Amino acid sequence: MGRAKVKRNSTNVDMTAMCDVAFLLLTFFILTTKFKPDEKIPINTPSSVASKIAPEKNFILISLDKQGHAFLNSDMLPLKEQVIDLINTEQNLGLTPNEIHKLAVQPIIGTSFQGLKAYSQMPAAALNSTLPGIPIDSVNNQLQVWMKAIVAVQQNMLSEDPEGVGKKMAIILKGDNMAKFPQFKNVIAALTENSILEFQMVTTPEGVPTGTELWKKARSQGATTTPVNG
Amino acid sequence: MAEMDTSSKDTGKKGPGVKKGKKMSTRVDLTPMVDLGFLLITFFMFTTTMSQPTSMNLKMPDDNKDTKEQNIKQSGALTIWLGKDNNLYYYNGDLLPDLSNVKTSTFKEIRKVILEKKAATPPDDLFVIVMPGNQSTYKNIIDILDEFSIDVVERYALVNKVDPAYEAYIAKFDTLATTGGK
Repeated sequence: MGRAKVKRNSTNVDMTAMCDVAFLLLTFFILTTKFKPDEKIPINTPSSVASKIAPEKNFILISLDKQGHAFLNSDMLPLKEQVIDLINTEQNLGLTPNEIHKLAVQPIIGTSFQGLKAYSQMPAAALNSTLPGIPIDSVNNQLQVWMKAIVAVQQNMLSEDPEGVGKKMAIILKGDNMAKFPQFKNVIAALTENSILEFQMVTTPEGVPTGTELWKKARSQGATTTPVNG
Repeated sequence: MAEMDTSSKDTGKKGPGVKKGKKMSTRVDLTPMVDLGFLLITFFMFTTTMSQPTSMNLKMPDDNKDTKEQNIKQSGALTIWLGKDNNLYYYNGDLLPDLSNVKTSTFKEIRKVILEKKAATPPDDLFVIVMPGNQSTYKNIIDILDEFSIDVVERYALVNKVDPAYEAYIAKFDTLATTGGK
């Protein structure tokens, strides 16, 4: 009587399939990833149901951090340089062209006019939340001067090229949850005094609460459009 | 790793002096590669930003133009004050001199107030005015503007330059709220 042979199965698992899956996912994430932009000033934006994506190009960004300090930034380098040049002549800051260029490539502008000269020499690592910010109090609202210069440069750009960058420019306001109203008011004043009456406020997206009016509206619109699509 | 070399079994006897041609297994152990793959996936998952920031449009009235003469019916007006510690104070129509018609609310309850007001007034008359107090935060302003879009309130105004008298009223209610809570 022969003994029944117990077949020994190999404990080795074929890793090829798992490897395929892993690299498929990896490819997906590499392709879809968009790195968080390097933020010098940490800002926690409030959430809203607004569904419009914030502009990523041709923007003027005014940040308001939790201490109420204002910062200015833009992705348009030529505009930045022209604006700083204009401020330089208006305020007699005595900046050299080299310093103006250095200021324009700094990731943010966050100091008073008097501090700009020293600011241009600052290493990028020193630009953090300890910066004083652009003065925005109602007696000395320097942000207003900045916005005035920006509007002037924009007009200039528009006159050269009516369909160019100047037309598409968007003013974005990015405020921190904890920023107080008086500072926000001063930022708004800096904009409205220069006849910038429309701007966008950056928020984190949030779902529409169910059962609310907007939810019903969105649903009824969805219901009316589906038959058309189907 | 854990791979048995079974290739030598099949070679059989080839007589003395004949060198065995040792066949190497062609199978490669993929475990470290999978490890690396998942490590990278984890890295990309943590650094990626899936949700893009959105933006909310805000239009301010022109201070230089005389646009203040808007026809707001007193019956359709609802004024909301933004106070300290996420407190809200609201009143319908005009403010009574003794402030007796001002009621306190919170961000959770204000939706009911707005919807009641909306149901009680004809759509063309409804007008909500927001006056932020000096102790209110940016989040409060965004939240209340967001509340209007949730409740589909078309006509509202954010008062940027709050009258000092109203600022004092809001401050008064703030102190009342803090002392009353204790």
